[in-house]
Amino acid sequence: MTASRRIDVEEVGDVTIASFVDKKILDENNIQQIGSQLFALVEEDGRKRIILDFSVVEYLSSAALGKLITMDKKVKASGGKLRLCSIRPDIYEVFAITKLNKLFDIKDTQEDALQGF
Amino acid sequence: MPLTDNFDEYFEVKIPSETTRGQEIQEQIIGLMETFAFSERDIFGTRLALEEGIINAIKHGNRMDPAKEVHIRCGISSEKVLVIITDEGPGFNPEDVPDPTADENLERPCGRGIMLMRAFMDRIEYTNSGNTLTIEKSRSVAE
Repeated sequence: MTASRRIDVEEVGDVTIASFVDKKILDENNIQQIGSQLFALVEEDGRKRIILDFSVVEYLSSAALGKLITMDKKVKASGGKLRLCSIRPDIYEVFAITKLNKLFDIKDTQEDALQGF
Repeated sequence: MPLTDNFDEYFEVKIPSETTRGQEIQEQIIGLMETFAFSERDIFGTRLALEEGIINAIKHGNRMDPAKEVHIRCGISSEKVLVIITDEGPGFNPEDVPDPTADENLERPCGRGIMLMRAFMDRIEYTNSGNTLTIEKSRSVAE
């Protein structure tokens, strides 16, 4: 089964911006694909500075949070840095309730995330 | 439990332990909430709770066993939505789930589903040795 592209990847200088394409990151298969595609940025491409852009994301489940936590660990283990940006208020609440806003470096906009990265 | 008496719409269904079937039921319930004109915020929280509750029943309860089913009952009125999800797994004690927000657990990639349901729903209750989850959301008062 071929996995469809779940993230759009662009480069700004030496920073990689990975933007989610799904409005709902709920479905188990989608989450598995997103996980593999995110991890490949670190493990296969060797990218060090990564920004995850949530502009289009309207729903996010705890399983998706799990993938983000694993991604954060992988980036840190490789000596890189991860930032999250453009998270709408409903979704930010999910991060706040689970206290993951303390774990992740979250910025309001992509510009903010790029600044001083 | 006279569920049918208290709601304008009521349905119950048994689904196999497949996440795609779970998604379909989730959409059906959200569709009913839209029909009853619940707010986007109420729908956001309920969708999240349904996702967590149904996935937990399929994955952790029934362990994806194709021989086991998940029984879902849903009642809805203009005032509230109630969903009862029962799996056929070994059951569990919700107290045993470690606090995912404790510093030592913050980096663990699991254990946040129940916490999100508690935060977004008005009632969440595990009964029947942890096999049955009841979640309820009352219509939010307009701001």
